[in-house]
Amino acid sequence: MNKNWPLWEIFVRSKNGLEHRHFGSLRAADAEMAMNNARDVYTRRSEGVSIWVVESKNITASNPEHNGELFEPAADKAYRHPTFYDLPDDIEHM
Amino acid sequence: MTNENLIQYIYSIADNSLILGQRLGELCGHGPTLETDIALTNIALDLLGQTRSYYQYVGELSKEDLTEDDVAFLRNEREYKNVLIVEQPNTDFAYVIARQYFFDVYHFLLLEKLMESKNVNLQAIAKKSMKEVAYHKRFSGDWLKRLGDGTEESHQKMQQAVNDLWVYTDELFHMNEDDKVVAKAGFGVDNTELKETYYNEVEALLKKATIEIPSTPYFQKGGKKGIHTEHMGYILADMQYMQRTFPDMKW
Repeated sequence: MNKNWPLWEIFVRSKNGLEHRHFGSLRAADAEMAMNNARDVYTRRSEGVSIWVVESKNITASNPEHNGELFEPAADKAYRHPTFYDLPDDIEHM
Repeated sequence: MTNENLIQYIYSIADNSLILGQRLGELCGHGPTLETDIALTNIALDLLGQTRSYYQYVGELSKEDLTEDDVAFLRNEREYKNVLIVEQPNTDFAYVIARQYFFDVYHFLLLEKLMESKNVNLQAIAKKSMKEVAYHKRFSGDWLKRLGDGTEESHQKMQQAVNDLWVYTDELFHMNEDDKVVAKAGFGVDNTELKETYYNEVEALLKKATIEIPSTPYFQKGGKKGIHTEHMGYILADMQYMQRTFPDMKW
């Protein structure tokens, strides 16, 4: 029997951040406990203002063995980057 | 109301946080899981931070220019005014949680009133501590429910801890002479007014946790008058050893 609590992935949004970033993982019996644990483990030095917790088993990850077919074809397609035109001066924040 | 009344009143609040913080500190590196270990240590540090604010204020009020270290480390057992529940040992995790929850609910209600104190220092410390204590209560209440309503073994252990610590809850609402004088001046809180709300809240949570509410004909008391249980001497020996052996030692 597996005596460990389920594993949870913790995402934290920092004060100035716009998105939640993956901070790490921890063990907890349920979502409520995962939230409390995340607060104590990952935000005690005031790293964040918002927390998401997701049970790790709910994440579907790409298989590293498939990296060749998934990612390598993109490596030599520089034309997919939007860098081949001039931005007018009036456009900021690009 | 004299400064001495006020100092004694502050001790009766701050010593609770100091001794409970010390007790929780003993668990550092010994928590049941990494996550609860960090949580309990966080709570210990919150309590210690609150204690420092109170003791610094005692220093300002004292004629002898006491420092926070003098107050924390150089008093004798009888001069500590903490309630008995906070000095009870970390028998097992259920005891840690029951002790914490019984104290947190009281602490929360106390600070809620202390935020309305006519004394600006106490008011400010209460406001700052309030958010910390709201989380402590959430943590301990959550665990009490889990263990009470968990497995057969966790239920039995939780019930045992509640039975053993219940006798220390009534003392939270006792008022010694200094408490009465300071409350009358509008600086302190009349603890007797918190009692009904306290037991309603605690009993409701115990019920949710499927824990039976103990009935006891007799409650323990004494801490608020400086008469402590046999555990207190060991806590102070641990805590004060360094300052007693090497007076005025600094880190």
